[in-house]
Amino acid sequence: MITKKVTGVQQALEGVQSDMTLMLGGFGLSGIPENAIAELVKLNVNGLTCVSNNAGVDDFGLGLLLQKRQIKKMISSYVGENAEFERQMLSGELDVELIPQGTLAERCRAAKAGFPAFYTPAGYGTEVAEGKESREFNGKMHILEEAFDADFAFVKAWKGDTAGNLIFKGTARNFNPNMCGAAKITVAEVEELVPAGTLDPNQVHIPGIFVQRIFQGETYEKRIEQRTVRSRE
Amino acid sequence: MALDKTQIAQRIAREVQDGYYVNLGIGIPTLVANYVREDIEVEFQSENGVLGMGPFPFEGEEDADIINAGKQTITTLPGASFFDSATSFGMIRGKHVDLTILGAMEVAENGDIANWKIPGKMVKGMGGAMDLVASAENIIVAMMHTNRAGASKLLKKCSLPLTGVGCVKKIVTNLAVLEVTANGFKLLERAPGVTVEEIDQATEGTLLVEGDIPEMQF
Repeated sequence: MITKKVTGVQQALEGVQSDMTLMLGGFGLSGIPENAIAELVKLNVNGLTCVSNNAGVDDFGLGLLLQKRQIKKMISSYVGENAEFERQMLSGELDVELIPQGTLAERCRAAKAGFPAFYTPAGYGTEVAEGKESREFNGKMHILEEAFDADFAFVKAWKGDTAGNLIFKGTARNFNPNMCGAAKITVAEVEELVPAGTLDPNQVHIPGIFVQRIFQGETYEKRIEQRTVRSRE
Repeated sequence: MALDKTQIAQRIAREVQDGYYVNLGIGIPTLVANYVREDIEVEFQSENGVLGMGPFPFEGEEDADIINAGKQTITTLPGASFFDSATSFGMIRGKHVDLTILGAMEVAENGDIANWKIPGKMVKGMGGAMDLVASAENIIVAMMHTNRAGASKLLKKCSLPLTGVGCVKKIVTNLAVLEVTANGFKLLERAPGVTVEEIDQATEGTLLVEGDIPEMQF
């Protein structure tokens, strides 16, 4: 049996260098690879290009890398929750490419599935379409979007096994499955790592073939960004 | 009297029909879920990967792994499902979602919409809005008719960077319900007590008024 298990976060991030392009799963702070991000901060690599739907908040998630100026460029769809991000972007310190959320997901999925590019109607007629090929299909205009080319994908799942199979929980799934296999090396961190043979193959969301390294994260804060509740009648 | 945001949501809720899958944007659209008739079956989709969204959780039952697109903690209803982001936008792009309700900073009389960027001032990003407006066939925009300075947000031509072109079909504001037609904004309904003249004054784009315009029903 092929094993993807590594000893921990240090071994999982071996080979990460400055100026690389990284994919990071998560939507807001839900389902982000907390342990990999903490290790990236420690490694002090910089000049990073990060593909991630959001940019964390000031003191958590990718905000931690922004604080230390480790990120050169962000490719995201929505960055409204991070004041430091907005400051760096408006001052020109940080290069930001904002792209439609569905296009972001599909550029990941295309990289994983071996498609160099695809046509989408999203962004046609807007500044997102500038410099891109466009073409009409069935009477509607589409623009050509290319697959990402990333060095590492850092994803977070709920459970995983030593063969690299992954199961996600709730909306913490989001971009994580699309990023698995979309970079040269996919590093999965999980809340619970079990021996191969423990997970029901019927329940596996992502087969281990898309994962090169897997480890159980030491801790998960799983911070809630907007705590909304209703009162009991 | 002009409507407040809750009443705009209440009016839009009347557009939701039995059997609809509905995507709700952030802001006023999120409130629509509170006012959908109880005798119809509707499922709410959130682009971060859930169909069958329910109300906010009871205190103490919040789960960091179950949120909506506004990053708020939510619950799910019987029949709900979770999925990845590419699948979520497949639902949207593939026109499987029946109704999309979203906010806007500006709408033009040709159906163009702008809601993601004010150059030099505010850049939050488009999130899923560009995918939604480019593909959805049934889009309702929920917005205030004018901005805080009193300037119209229903224009001949958008001044802000566009989110999508020629895509808005229906608009519900604090003053009126309007349909986007080839000739301009067609006035369908007035907010209770608001006159056609008041709506006309607050609309920079072409306003089409045909016959008596009824007041909105809730």
